[in-house]
Amino acid sequence: MIDGVSRQLIELLQQGLPLVSRPYTEIAKKLHLTEDEVLIRVAKLKQQGIIKRLGVVVNHRRLGYKANAMVVFDVPDSLISQIGDHVSQFNFVNLCYQRPRQGDQWPYSLYCMIHGKNKETVLKQLDHLIESCGLQQFKREVLFSKQCFKQRGALYQALEKQQKVISNG
Amino acid sequence: MLSSLHKQLLNDFQQDLPLSATPYQDVADSLGVAEDEVLDAFKELQDQQFIARIGSVIAPNLIGTSSLVAMSVPENHLQSVAEIINQYPEVNHNYERDNRFNLWFVLVAKDSESLQQVMADMELQTGYKMLYLPLLADYFINLGFELDFDD
Repeated sequence: MIDGVSRQLIELLQQGLPLVSRPYTEIAKKLHLTEDEVLIRVAKLKQQGIIKRLGVVVNHRRLGYKANAMVVFDVPDSLISQIGDHVSQFNFVNLCYQRPRQGDQWPYSLYCMIHGKNKETVLKQLDHLIESCGLQQFKREVLFSKQCFKQRGALYQALEKQQKVISNG
Repeated sequence: MLSSLHKQLLNDFQQDLPLSATPYQDVADSLGVAEDEVLDAFKELQDQQFIARIGSVIAPNLIGTSSLVAMSVPENHLQSVAEIINQYPEVNHNYERDNRFNLWFVLVAKDSESLQQVMADMELQTGYKMLYLPLLADYFINLGFELDFDD
């Protein structure tokens, strides 16, 4: 679906767009492309949905959004895509995924993430979400984050480099 | 303190920076300020870590294979188990959460075989079983995050 050059382009965009007047010229130089060629590729990657967005990535914690809840629901398979689409439309929901149930010990299929300034706000937003999406009938658990042991690991970056080698080779 | 320009830059350009050769000039034009002011304000936001980056957010599982993993670890072992887990370069976003499954992290590996190997090794090293929770469907359309600066 994407060639080696676009993969390298994504790696550079993941690191961040340079804060200069003509940022795509800098990226183009590294890829031996013209600025126009880079812009066309970026537009295509966005159109294909490979780049979900290209903009400001904020640091929630630093901006005072310190409460983070992962909420899991046991939604029947027949309803999950409809409910997942509905849940993801709320602007306080940050992620919304289906994951496999793990028997009785963890019977949940729908996961969503809510960031807020404090637990109280997050729980209010969750109540609103549950009511609006008709989630009352499903078993659920709310997991607030406590301490963060680690953010981004080394392998993610190593893999990006490795992918470049594979794509080129 | 955040100026009104800082706040506009934080809130209004998460989904999309204008896709043009001169995105910062375009942002400046839309806000009625000079390009240098926009560049300086973005630099300040980055230096003070209000912004992680101005860049792309890509679809999951595009680079390698990843999975969410959960563990149930007794409180008195949590710190030492978290340290063992952190030593693996495949580990990202390792958090304690207030649940019987209290340790949650994301594993990233080059393919699903190496992901399974890492998990098997972790279970051996820590002595605790794991829940393997890979992504089946992604319903989220990432439109960025609406910030409230009122308080």
